[in-house]
Amino acid sequence: MSAQKKGLTFIQLAPWIYTAALFALWEAAVWLFDLPVTFLPAPSRIAEAIVQYWGAIWSNSLQTLYTTLLGFALAMVGGLAIGLLIGWSRSIYAGLYPLMIGFNAIPKVAVVPILIIWFGIGSVPAIITAFLISFFPIVVNVATGLATIEPETEDILRALGAKKMDIMIKVGIPRSMPYFFASLKVAITLAFVGSVLSETVGSNNGLGNMMAAAQSRFNVPLVFAGLVMLAIEGIVMYAIMAWIERRMTGWAHRSSM
Amino acid sequence: MHLVNIDDVEMRYGGPEGTLAVSGLNVKMDRGEFVAVVGPSGCGKSTLMKLTTGLQRPQKGAVVVAGQEVTKPISIVGMAFQNPIMLPWRTTLDNILLPLEIVEKHRRRIRTHRKEYIEKAEHLLELVGLKGFGPKYPWQLSGGMQQRANLCRALIHEPELLMLDEPFGALDAFTREELWCVIRDLHASSDVTVMLVTHDLRESAFLADRILVLSARPGRVIADHRVPFERPRELDLLFDNDFNHLVQDLHSEIARARDAA
Repeated sequence: MSAQKKGLTFIQLAPWIYTAALFALWEAAVWLFDLPVTFLPAPSRIAEAIVQYWGAIWSNSLQTLYTTLLGFALAMVGGLAIGLLIGWSRSIYAGLYPLMIGFNAIPKVAVVPILIIWFGIGSVPAIITAFLISFFPIVVNVATGLATIEPETEDILRALGAKKMDIMIKVGIPRSMPYFFASLKVAITLAFVGSVLSETVGSNNGLGNMMAAAQSRFNVPLVFAGLVMLAIEGIVMYAIMAWIERRMTGWAHRSSM
Repeated sequence: MHLVNIDDVEMRYGGPEGTLAVSGLNVKMDRGEFVAVVGPSGCGKSTLMKLTTGLQRPQKGAVVVAGQEVTKPISIVGMAFQNPIMLPWRTTLDNILLPLEIVEKHRRRIRTHRKEYIEKAEHLLELVGLKGFGPKYPWQLSGGMQQRANLCRALIHEPELLMLDEPFGALDAFTREELWCVIRDLHASSDVTVMLVTHDLRESAFLADRILVLSARPGRVIADHRVPFERPRELDLLFDNDFNHLVQDLHSEIARARDAA
């Protein structure tokens, strides 16, 4: 019993131990090979930079979090709606799907300048880029959930006189929820990619902008400080999405019975 | 008057050049009758089910159920398939109540009369030997238990016609025999008409009043056996000589139908 308990705590501690080990190795490598701070700053130097520039880092982090979450929220609503629409009708699927694959294939970095022309420098292009990049996996997942309804289920319900709307509400939507919530974990990390990309290409604020400015001034520790903040925000948001997934669709994770 | 009257029906899938599933199909079923349908695989048994329930419309001939030509799905049927397909996000009880949320007659009442319906569902659960399992999720039940719950779902809206498509195909022999008895008792205690599509000849001989043998594709009825055994039937019947003769006859008929194809 106690051995089992010990094993469990080790697994719970493992992420922290591995992270600490990574930073320790990094610190040691910088010290051992005497790497210049403009090439690779040691974690201790990055921590120093975080403290030194905390005001700027904090406000820019909040800005990036704000644009990311807003874009992500739009993608959630839009992705769910389009996904259900595509799953609803074969003809909408046939017409819309190639278009969306085309849009998804366009590198978002090429779209940002257009967004800046349309909306000017500011939060709007970042929000839209985050939306564009995180929208697609949500649509595909929701549509997949709908497309994989067992034909027998539909037969049984249709034989009882169910309309398409009934089947959608009673089976389609609940069934696609695990797919939807699973896609949120992918989508939230992509949303960060989108917003930071847009901030880097053209913006006055946000972590992307801060890092681009720091890079042009050879303030490499500040660049890394920005990366660390992004990693933290990404992990936290991912964990929240994973938690929501477990809460909302516990029935799909049977092992926990 | 017959409850089900399928008259010279032809059904082809996938356009004029597609597969002819059934042709010259004639099936009549009396109210309260238990009819089993057997035949070689691909003989159109599932097509027969879809035609009867209105999920498919024939190109030729007429399907009349309860005095009305079937032109769209009719809600006086309950269906159960080999795969119990319970919805995993609903408890067993809620799965059983699902048809009531669909069928026109009940969907308006279910909100206000929920308690009454739950009592009915629990009564059914008790009948099939699942008393107290209502709040469990389907994945917490064994295969046999899921199939029992599946039967409850097929019966909850008191269908006049129960359609069973190989409901016990995926179960072990002992569970299957137990469920035969469940079906037998359900049929005996109500005036439901049952159509059972099956590969299991012993199952058909044990349960049915009549056994229809279908030919290979395109399917039509090539033999109509009246099952002579007295009701109520006990499982001992399975070891009876006459019973085994009937099963053998069925077996050789199907073998010939396969060869003819």
